[in-house]
Amino acid sequence: MNRLRTLEILVGAFMAAGFLALFFLAMKVSNLSADVGGEGYRLQARFENVGSLKVRAPVTIAGVRVGRVEAIDFDQKRFEALVTLRIDPRYRQIPEDTIASIFTAGLLGEQYISLSPGGSEVNLADGGMLDHTQSALVLEQMIGQFLFKKAEEG
Amino acid sequence: MLESLARLGHLGLDALARIGRGHLLLLAILGGLASLMARPRLLLAQVYNVGVLSVLIIAVSGLFVGMVLSLQGHYVLSQFGAAESLGVMVAASLVRELGPVVTALLVAGRAGSALTAEIGLMKATEQLSGLEMMAVDPIKRILTPRFFGGLVSMPLLAALFSAVGVMGGYFVGVGLLGVDEGAFWSQMQSKIDFREDIVNGVIKSLVFGWVVTWIALFEGYDATPTSEGVSRATTRTVVHSALAVLGLDFVLTALMFGD
Repeated sequence: MNRLRTLEILVGAFMAAGFLALFFLAMKVSNLSADVGGEGYRLQARFENVGSLKVRAPVTIAGVRVGRVEAIDFDQKRFEALVTLRIDPRYRQIPEDTIASIFTAGLLGEQYISLSPGGSEVNLADGGMLDHTQSALVLEQMIGQFLFKKAEEG
Repeated sequence: MLESLARLGHLGLDALARIGRGHLLLLAILGGLASLMARPRLLLAQVYNVGVLSVLIIAVSGLFVGMVLSLQGHYVLSQFGAAESLGVMVAASLVRELGPVVTALLVAGRAGSALTAEIGLMKATEQLSGLEMMAVDPIKRILTPRFFGGLVSMPLLAALFSAVGVMGGYFVGVGLLGVDEGAFWSQMQSKIDFREDIVNGVIKSLVFGWVVTWIALFEGYDATPTSEGVSRATTRTVVHSALAVLGLDFVLTALMFGD
């Protein structure tokens, strides 16, 4: 009986350690603790060009992450990208004339959406549309424009 | 001419027969699940054999793999001025690949070979037939608990490996190389996704646990009942498990992280 008890204790300790490691991975290593999960409300924005924006990219206001990109679709009527953002329900007050811009974190970093709040008194509701947007900067286009301008100057 | 053709055919049929026997054995093992539920104590002993006894080697390897990853990752990343991404690199490679794969390889070497040798010897010394004589089904009594013991232990060991590895990477990266502690953890948390990375890693290690214990049990059960046969079966267990784990890892990675 004593031997069995030691066995049980050891196996219990092993399983506890295993689950603790999983818990550590979930809470400390992954984004589970910081994720907005299935909650939050949605905003939409149309962009001429989303560059290399990816689903799950961060959405920030003043550099603070307030949500994530939930979906990127192509609007066939207007030939624009339709981006759905999921915003943390804690951040309810986003004015309707907010500007959504796609920026790049660092020179080679990933792209994210930055919201610059406007001055309107009216806040966006769930499913609201951000009308003012600024597309991603595409490096090739910029280089092309630069070279074209240089050539024009002679 | 005909002779060599016949030999080739014999080889092919042999391989097919082995695969068939392996699957029949797996079905029989799974069929013993109900009777295992009635006697969970049998499972306990096997979780001890496969899991608890592997903790030391898993933890030590995890620690060193994490530390080496951190050292090498820092060397490359610092050349691009991205040393802060060290945490992401260490955690992603551990959780997605190294955790499940290296754990499976270590378990195949440490526990799989022992399982094969144990069952092969039981067969060679006619203990399995002895059980049958007493109207005890050796598959239900001996193989099923070992199979589920391996299946339960593998994901826990892999999680342990990854967690210890991340801590090892943290000690070297933050403690030794001077990467900023906040950036190390926050970049890791923002890039590692729970469902995409961690859950997929757990699924991988479950698949590996299934395959490694299955191969080990089948090789033992199918071994020629001589000392030479058992030694061959043990070698085959390690080789086949390693090949199966590495091959399956590619398939699983392509399915999970392919896009």
